[in-house]
Amino acid sequence: MSIPLSWYLILSAVLFSVGLFGVLSRRNAIAILLGIELMLNAVNINLVSFWRYQDPVQMTGQVFAIIVFAVAAAEVAVGLALIISVYRRRNTVVADDIDLMKW
Amino acid sequence: MTFWSDPINFIAEWLRGILTGWGMALDWANVLIASLGIISLILFSMMLAIFLVWVERKVVARFQDRVGPNRIGPYGLFQPFADIIKLIIKEDITPTGADKVVYNLAPVLALASVIFLWAILPLASNIYGVDLNVAILYLVATGALGTLAIIMGGWASNNKYALIGAFRMVATMISYEIPMVVALLIPTILSGTMSVRGIVEAQDPIWYFILSPLGALVFLISSIAELGRAPFDLNEAESEIVAGFHIEYTGMKFGLFYAGELLHAFTFGGLMAILFFGGYRFFGLEQYPLVGFLVFLAKAMFGYWVIMWVKYTMPRIRIDHMLAFNWKFLTPFAFFVLVVTAVLNKVLSGLDTWLFASLIFGANLIIAWITIEILRVYSRRERRLAEGNIPAPVPPAHH
Amino acid sequence: MTPVQIVFLLTAALIIGSAVMVVVSRNLVHAALWLVATLFGVAILYAILDAGFLAVVQVVVYIGAIAILFIFAVMLTRKEMRDRGPQHRKDWWIAAMIGLLVLAGLVSVLVGQPEINRIAGPIPPDFDPVLALGHALVSPDAYVLPFEVASILLLAALVGAVYIAASRKP
Repeated sequence: MSIPLSWYLILSAVLFSVGLFGVLSRRNAIAILLGIELMLNAVNINLVSFWRYQDPVQMTGQVFAIIVFAVAAAEVAVGLALIISVYRRRNTVVADDIDLMKW
Repeated sequence: MTFWSDPINFIAEWLRGILTGWGMALDWANVLIASLGIISLILFSMMLAIFLVWVERKVVARFQDRVGPNRIGPYGLFQPFADIIKLIIKEDITPTGADKVVYNLAPVLALASVIFLWAILPLASNIYGVDLNVAILYLVATGALGTLAIIMGGWASNNKYALIGAFRMVATMISYEIPMVVALLIPTILSGTMSVRGIVEAQDPIWYFILSPLGALVFLISSIAELGRAPFDLNEAESEIVAGFHIEYTGMKFGLFYAGELLHAFTFGGLMAILFFGGYRFFGLEQYPLVGFLVFLAKAMFGYWVIMWVKYTMPRIRIDHMLAFNWKFLTPFAFFVLVVTAVLNKVLSGLDTWLFASLIFGANLIIAWITIEILRVYSRRERRLAEGNIPAPVPPAHH
Repeated sequence: MTPVQIVFLLTAALIIGSAVMVVVSRNLVHAALWLVATLFGVAILYAILDAGFLAVVQVVVYIGAIAILFIFAVMLTRKEMRDRGPQHRKDWWIAAMIGLLVLAGLVSVLVGQPEINRIAGPIPPDFDPVLALGHALVSPDAYVLPFEVASILLLAALVGAVYIAASRKP
């Protein structure tokens, strides 16, 4: 394989910042969760490329990536359930309008 | 390596010799040969889809005691060409308010997710696209792509009935993925590898249908539900929801959905053959890859015929019965069969092959008998609840 | 330029392009579909990195479950099929500045490291990553405890999500 490690790390850094921009600049709560998914994928790319380039025989990187898959799935399920439940009560999913607990 | 013992590698070597003789670098020659291989595999599967239209119509006609298409060509063999010409010359309508890009992309993705499956099917002992060592999971992944195509089609049509049909179809497909994964784990455990070619090589001499008939049955039921064919075809039943998620599709886009569904059914027949019926193996004939290829096609046709038989014999099941059947019966049953098979495989692993096979087959029979007994008790209780404890009828007095 | 490098550059273009479309797109269903394209690109990247199992699990878990959950949630939280109102905050340029700052920080940390441009060593010939992953996940002196805890986490998330999202029938 002739791809330097830095290419993977820069790709995941760019993906992370794009996801961060999505989280901070969107109004819809579901769109914010989309940005979080992008950031989780960037982290996973980092983990797997370090696994491959450091020591492929030791499976720590891949196990870590699988645990991140499981946690991301759990977080998306609970997050979307919360958003749907909030939509049923308040009829809105714009994050700025869900402000009952602000002082 | 002659042509008869290893056809694909023979042709690849010959082409490689020609291309490097013309001065191409070896890397690029390999890329070109791989692309040629991919294109020829896709062409073969698409031509098979055309042939399957004729097979489907003839078989359904014979089931319904009529003759089927017999006017165009000998025995109606050119009927699919007439169908395709009709679909192509139809007007191409896009409904107003439909999301144009997504609407046009959905049938392409539906057909693509079926062709992706052909990359891992071992057509003979050395004719295959790629020998993935996680091929079983790849199968599940292409099913996931298919559900995405259906949601895209249903949403982009700007039609309530399309949306409801798409939701129902996706709910069915993702629910029945679970017993399918569990049924796929049974040949994985019995052979020790997730590679489909490894599973075929390990069915030697006993096919996995003998070792695990219940696993084959669970795989058959869940794959018929994955395909969206009867008796699980509530989403495209004309009497219920007017063709479901492909209401608004006309012409060749509908043709892509239709051909994709037929090819998907044939591919699942092929997977039944590979996983449970020995694939291209046939008592030693598989040393000649071309004979193995014909054996695989014959077994896949048989699997496809079983799927068609179920479709044209059974009535449709309602959506809540479908989902209840999956979650309350099929999933626990599949898990139970998997656990028993895994435990027996480990405990009996040192025995002679035929003794091993008969013990596991016996265990399957015991599980089937226990299940039928439980179902009988349960259904008797349900019937008593529904009919309110009517006492046994008294026979009429003879005059 | 070897073929692998060209494949990597095309995949990177797909990932970054689709990610930018996810955060910029005004139609939320389109944003979810661009997320599917991004996730598919990441799966291709895993395949290039010889992590075949992770590539297929990425398609099954992320595209087959999470993306479909997103699309269902998008369709269930609206009164009509079009998106109304502005989709981005008025001060989105602050978010862009923060994103660029984070990117600059990460890249500056990376550039200074030694051996950052190394090429991957070969995988030993009879090493089966899938088998090793299986061993690592269930063997007691490897990672069986995090594996079991992750499965309990998934069970808790499943029960919690069903309870929260269930409609209360009187």
